[in-house]
Amino acid sequence: MKKTFRRWIDGDIDLMENITRTAHEHDMDRDEIKKRKKQVSEIIRQREDSQSIILAEEKGFRIFYNIAAIISCVMLITVLLYCVANLPRFGQENVKATVVTQRYIEKGLEETGAVNIVSGMILDYRAFDTLGESHVLFTALVCVMVLLRKDWKNMNSKFEDYSSIRSDRYFQTEKDVILQTIGIVMVPCIFVFGTYVLLNGQNSPGGGFSGGAILGAAMIIFTAAFGFRKVDRFFTLKLSSYVTFVALSFYSFAKGYVFITGANGLDNHIPKGIPGAILSGGLILPLDIAVGLVVACTMYGFYSLFRRGSIGGG
Amino acid sequence: MVEILKITLLIILIGCAIAVNLTPSLLQAVVIFMSYSSVMCILWILMESPDLAITEAAVGAGVSGILFLVTLKKIRREDSAEPGETEDDV
Repeated sequence: MKKTFRRWIDGDIDLMENITRTAHEHDMDRDEIKKRKKQVSEIIRQREDSQSIILAEEKGFRIFYNIAAIISCVMLITVLLYCVANLPRFGQENVKATVVTQRYIEKGLEETGAVNIVSGMILDYRAFDTLGESHVLFTALVCVMVLLRKDWKNMNSKFEDYSSIRSDRYFQTEKDVILQTIGIVMVPCIFVFGTYVLLNGQNSPGGGFSGGAILGAAMIIFTAAFGFRKVDRFFTLKLSSYVTFVALSFYSFAKGYVFITGANGLDNHIPKGIPGAILSGGLILPLDIAVGLVVACTMYGFYSLFRRGSIGGG
Repeated sequence: MVEILKITLLIILIGCAIAVNLTPSLLQAVVIFMSYSSVMCILWILMESPDLAITEAAVGAGVSGILFLVTLKKIRREDSAEPGETEDDV
């Protein structure tokens, strides 16, 4: 057991060694690529054989590994169950209320103007949290773009030569009757529902994240049914980046203004409106819309980048 | 009645969570994962948090499953076919 571990530490056992050496040579013909692949797979097979022999010799290491895995799992489960057991029962009235909870429940409607306390919390009391979350989404989209986007720089490399028309990047299900009929009926309804959830975040369950996710899902269904070309007409990379940028900067500036002027008992001059009306809750509605737009762009951007390596027109 | 429904759903939830780890096929694992999200969505409604239920249905059962499926398709292409040769699994 010690031997195997020490050899692994020293770097004697290294499966990747031979693969990385061959994989770097990009400019080869297909036959040569095939040959190389065969060589690599043979090398891997040999390595696996030798490794299985080593492992059979060092059975103790495997047993130790299994026991350690089981023990750590059981410990984790115990800790989690202990925490759950200490939570207050569901629906119980006499929760050990802290100052924060009490204030949220008693003064939430008065201070934020939102009937839905959850929306009041995440977009008013804890708006800074939500700002970070939407920036996390934006960063994730940028990372996926860096990794998967195909532009003129990496289009023509020989490893990625999938340029036949039936390749996944260009292949579209043009006339799928079932998908298209259901798409025609369902997609408008889903869009309307998403907009409703988005605009009523301060009055009913929902809000930015759920509404944006529904809008993004509707766009994905539309793309799956009718192909990328129809979506590219109205949703391009340019539009997506403009919308995301405007939404995020609006959120930052609006909330920054409130943080500067609204704190310490100063008035921030944003009317609260009548609770229950659509135009109520002060800044909650615009912030909801901003978050929802970012989420919708991110959802569709993920799908489009995963499928074909670009958001339309870029 | 609601209690029985809740207990049944929780048992299904645990079953799904274990089954995801034990299925050999990745496609089946994705489908089970999506059904896990659907069951979780019903449980959120029973626990009186409909906003989480909406998000779970849209993200857990919808978008993330679709992203898994797209990734699976790409991986299978690279595994089974040489670049530009056979396209039968499109």
